[in-house]
Amino acid sequence: MSALTVSRAELEDFFFAEAALLDAWKLQEWLALFTEDARYLVPPAGAGDDADPATTLFYVADDHHRLSERVKRLLKPSAHCEFPHSRCRRMISNVRVLGGTDDAFKATSNYVTWRSKMGETQNYFGHHLYELRKVDGAIRISKKTSFIDADDLREQNKVSIIL
Amino acid sequence: MNVREIATRGSRYVLEDRQAGTFKVSRRAFVEESVLEEERRKIFDRSWLYLGHASEISSPGDFISRNVGGRELIFSRGKDATVRAFYNTCPHRGAMVCRERQGNTGGFRCFYHSWAFNLEGKLIARPGDTEYASGSRANGAHDLVPVGQLEEYRGLFFVHFQSRSESLIDYLAGAREFIDLIMDQSEAGMEIVGGTQEYSVESNWKLLCENSYDGYHGIPTHSSYFDYLQSRAGGLVTRNLSTGQVFDLGKGHAAVEYAAPWGRPVALPVPAWGETGERETTAIRARLVERFGPERAERITGLNRNMVIFPNLVLNDIMAITVRTFFPDGAGRNLINAWTLAPKDESASMRELRLFNFLEFLGPGGFATPDDCEALALCQRGYSNLAGAGWNDISKGLLNPAPRIDDEMQMRVFWREWDRRMTEDEA
Repeated sequence: MSALTVSRAELEDFFFAEAALLDAWKLQEWLALFTEDARYLVPPAGAGDDADPATTLFYVADDHHRLSERVKRLLKPSAHCEFPHSRCRRMISNVRVLGGTDDAFKATSNYVTWRSKMGETQNYFGHHLYELRKVDGAIRISKKTSFIDADDLREQNKVSIIL
Repeated sequence: MNVREIATRGSRYVLEDRQAGTFKVSRRAFVEESVLEEERRKIFDRSWLYLGHASEISSPGDFISRNVGGRELIFSRGKDATVRAFYNTCPHRGAMVCRERQGNTGGFRCFYHSWAFNLEGKLIARPGDTEYASGSRANGAHDLVPVGQLEEYRGLFFVHFQSRSESLIDYLAGAREFIDLIMDQSEAGMEIVGGTQEYSVESNWKLLCENSYDGYHGIPTHSSYFDYLQSRAGGLVTRNLSTGQVFDLGKGHAAVEYAAPWGRPVALPVPAWGETGERETTAIRARLVERFGPERAERITGLNRNMVIFPNLVLNDIMAITVRTFFPDGAGRNLINAWTLAPKDESASMRELRLFNFLEFLGPGGFATPDDCEALALCQRGYSNLAGAGWNDISKGLLNPAPRIDDEMQMRVFWREWDRRMTEDEA
């Protein structure tokens, strides 16, 4: 069993680069950060960290195929809710490595994501839980869960962007 | 079911011309706050409104606090298992006595002056009780106030804010048949699955009524959803979106029923669900044939249904079952609550599949609902031009002897009832 060699600084660089890809709508490049068996989840607002998409109705519960289709969709003009693309900016902080080995480790961060379109601005805040592993020396995401730490989605309306 | 359309007179909001084959709705109906004020009095205060499902408060002491029709309510089950609905306001100075969204409790206590109520709503304790006149509690004057009426149909609880009205059964009219087609899907009963979607859209509430059973927008708006379905190996069954049937269910309720190419947990598998999916859905179908005969079983399992129960309850039995209700927060803003309903005795694997299916299309993060919301918000913004462009056209198929689901008869059913309610005291 390998040890965990990933430092917080290394992980922060990775998360900041991930956020930059999303801010720039480079979604195919973002998708390349995920392993082939990856999942991307957004539980209902206010959900606990133990929420399970097999028994609870989430907002998003993608396997890798559906995530790749989500990315394709968001890059099409027929994804009407994101055409023209909204302007977004993601703030990532409070990065913590939660342990594991290079083959399977967990980390968390807090986030604030701002989205603006047609004169209206939404603010998403919450935390991400990541399951990661090193593949050929590079950090890859095998599961990303984006918790929205608001009471509900009344102010945000919807989750049409990747958080 | 009678599908013939009946003409109404023209009003200041709705103009129907059978000769010309046109049906128009004034855009003022979507933007004017005075119309919303009228709607609150003439529609929301005079209709049976969906409160919640029995499975959400299954044990004695369970409660949910929920806003219905702009009013803060408590939906609870007493120690005697009786389901009750109270206005969530202290009879003393009015503070909400329940601030938690849900839970299990022995009663409710207003923290302001510490008045305490049991699950039957009776005042059971307050500081300084001896300072009050001896008869002060007579006739429940200091108890929680129950909502005018609370009635149930097959697990669905509705409230009515008047103390007298037609019964829920009469109000639901032909919609009962379509509720039955959902509730009959399991002998063990149906339940709301954990996880509420509470979102919003910057548009008038009636636009979501129209959208929820609009067969005309499906292909144009949701092409990216159908692209996705085609991308998944075995994600489709060989059924084309059919012309289906439209049903006027009376009292402003309407439904569409049709075949569609997506999989249905009860019980139309797609190849991607594999052998387990095939085996389980076959067993579900077989049991439904035993219970209801082949014709009704085929209708339950093979067809999809979108229904709006006037004014604001959507029950869509499609790739999953969505229960959706919504309330205006201003003429141009709509607050939406959505849940999913599923058989209580569903296998864990089928439940997982159902939830996966739901999210493919539905909800604020689905492949389709966000685009619907975008369309509705664009309609609302478009109505800023109402002084120059003042009317919506809802004429499609008006003179069709056999209405198609991509016609607009279902919306006209809604609008005729809406117009009748809004103008009946002016006749």
